[in-house]
Amino acid sequence: MTVTKPSSSQKRVFTARRAALLAGCATTVLLTVTACGGGGSSAGTTTKDGFAQAPQKKDSTLTVWVDATRMDAAKLYQKLHPEVKLDIVSYDGDANGSNYLQTKTQLFNRTGKGWPDVVFSSQNNEASWAVDAGFAAPLNKGLIDDATLGNFAKGANDVCTVNGKLYCLRNDLSQAVLWYNAPLLKKFGYTVPTTWEEYQALGEKVAKEHPGYLVGDAGDSFTPEIYMWASKCGANHITGPKAVSVNTTSEACTKMAKLMDVLIKNKSMSISGVFSTDFGKNEADKVLLMPGPAWFGGAVFRDTLKVPAKQIAAAPIPQWKGDSDVSTGNVGGGTWLLSQHSTNIKAATDFLKWVTTDNAYQGEKAPGYPAYAPAAEVWLTGQGTAGYFASDLSALKNASSQVWSQWGSGQFSQEAIWAATVKPAITAGKTIESQLPAWQDSIVKYAQSNGYKVSK
Amino acid sequence: MTVVNSSTSSAGRRPRGTDRQSRAGIAFVAGYVVLLIAFGILPTGYAVYFAFTDAGGTFSGFSNFITTAQDFRFMDAVGHVAVYLLFWLVSLVVFVVGLSLLLHRLSSGVASKSLRFFYYIPGALAGAASVLVWLFMLDPSVSPVSSLLSTLGFHTFGEVIAPGNLALLFTIIAFWTGAGGWIVVMYGALNNIPKDVMEAARIDGANAWQTAWRVQIPMLRKWIIYMVILAFAAGAQLFVEPQLLSLASVGVAGRDYSLNQLTYDFAFQMNNINGAAAVSVELLVVSVTVAGIFVARSGFFDAD
Repeated sequence: MTVTKPSSSQKRVFTARRAALLAGCATTVLLTVTACGGGGSSAGTTTKDGFAQAPQKKDSTLTVWVDATRMDAAKLYQKLHPEVKLDIVSYDGDANGSNYLQTKTQLFNRTGKGWPDVVFSSQNNEASWAVDAGFAAPLNKGLIDDATLGNFAKGANDVCTVNGKLYCLRNDLSQAVLWYNAPLLKKFGYTVPTTWEEYQALGEKVAKEHPGYLVGDAGDSFTPEIYMWASKCGANHITGPKAVSVNTTSEACTKMAKLMDVLIKNKSMSISGVFSTDFGKNEADKVLLMPGPAWFGGAVFRDTLKVPAKQIAAAPIPQWKGDSDVSTGNVGGGTWLLSQHSTNIKAATDFLKWVTTDNAYQGEKAPGYPAYAPAAEVWLTGQGTAGYFASDLSALKNASSQVWSQWGSGQFSQEAIWAATVKPAITAGKTIESQLPAWQDSIVKYAQSNGYKVSK
Repeated sequence: MTVVNSSTSSAGRRPRGTDRQSRAGIAFVAGYVVLLIAFGILPTGYAVYFAFTDAGGTFSGFSNFITTAQDFRFMDAVGHVAVYLLFWLVSLVVFVVGLSLLLHRLSSGVASKSLRFFYYIPGALAGAASVLVWLFMLDPSVSPVSSLLSTLGFHTFGEVIAPGNLALLFTIIAFWTGAGGWIVVMYGALNNIPKDVMEAARIDGANAWQTAWRVQIPMLRKWIIYMVILAFAAGAQLFVEPQLLSLASVGVAGRDYSLNQLTYDFAFQMNNINGAAAVSVELLVVSVTVAGIFVARSGFFDAD
């Protein structure tokens, strides 16, 4: 390569020009930075219903964010209420901890506009950040009447409550039950276990008599929310708005870990995860028993694993022998939030109330177990008529009020922590029991890094 | 604006031909400069402003840098990125130079052309899309090369993405997506080596290995350094590969793996934009320093 060397005079010109250019850029940078620094004003708000409301515009368009599954709900509302101007936006519903809503809200807070009026999230820990971010509006201070709120299943809206104020409404409940393949169980000559001891014994029997068949799965990120939560393991006891108590080495945790270790070792408990390609390909038709949340019935057995009708049934989740305080776990369960920044709170509230309580959606169309008890009754009847399940789903109804209350919904994701800490160790052949201290350590670190005060 | 001013002020001192030439030059450069300011310099300035202020906009010194460095994930992420950079830069230099030398030796036009084309194809896929291709490749239950994976002892996706394998996996993905373009560039640079130099080497009795080691590679030096500088900057900002892997594995692998992911977490999950800006400024400083060292040591801007 040849480059002509610039003469010294030209060089000076270049230098001067470069300096001028740099100075120009620097000025522009400063101007922009100052301009950007100012944004976000809160002028013109009036305090009503327990929060500062933006000036209301009657008949302004209502922006609703939903995931693909809840799209039907928004469309149904539009059909039944053609007079409402609705802008339905589809997003990932924050599934798998994507945090899309939180990310966007932080950006909207920065630019001072763009918030959706009502939003659905498949996660139930949104209140933990949405209150701090000034996004979620309190609902029990005038927007929604107490009679309606009182009809939600006991404890359903606990995840939405911060300092006595309710910041979201629960869409569906995800109480864990024991799903099982009724004809297969009958063919093998087994009965549904009612205690964890019986469950373990059955797992050992299956491993010997029918190797390859499964009594459960321990490979999902929500595995601790099924087994550890049901066993009353105190890994995630949210004791205050920014306080959590973590103890993963209590007896409640170790005895469940030991049970799982035995079943994982004899391969009657899968470590693939029910949504993995591996499970779908190799283990879909091997499910004999499967502790799992309410939505496993539709989302896993019917839609993912394509189990034919009249096979899957639900029983109460096993309990530890001699423990009279019945408890179960819970995996997610979506929530609906209403934006403080909405300029049409009346319409937004109407939509929110309809979508969480009305039988037209929750009772008849909802894929998961409705959190609103009267709708849940209608839903259960509907499931019976549809005839997919081999039993009635009364186990779901009973379990809806049995979710152990001392496992909370913090800002940090328990699922992400388990997935990153314990799951790789299980894959590498280590026991869950040996990972309990590491699990605790990781929860504590994440909690502290999110500003939580941690006790043990 | 400023550009126009400086050009008119200097115009008087130069002959007319140069003036026209320089105007054309400015016109060509202007488009780039506008984009550079809008998407390079302004955001950088904004990030620096954020890095040294708190959420309320008041000056906070180095406190953002200290709090982020104290986060328990910070040193892990630094380690991950360092190991990844080592793997990635070494593999890039060795294989890109090696492959382009081989390519250059191929006398057959058809083979050479089609190989260049094949090298380049993966680079034509957009970053995220090519990572998705790899997510399929690495999952034994759907992979077209599952037999190879099982020979290596991997039977499930979980085994493939064990924590110890990640740096290597990201290197393979990055090499596959990024190296093809560089091979084509190096090939071009090899073609630029004067024929008489190559001929002189041949007459002096240099074999292929000696020609490559003593003539071609020294003459490629600046190109290699150029590649290393850009690859270092890109590698230090590792984000798409671990982020997509963490979504695909539902959080098992790749979460909070790199520094850039950590900035994303700070900004959007912990509502700490200022901390995120501090980490990104650190990345900038490291990349600029490394580039500076390479440029200074290699005489990058010296004319041949």
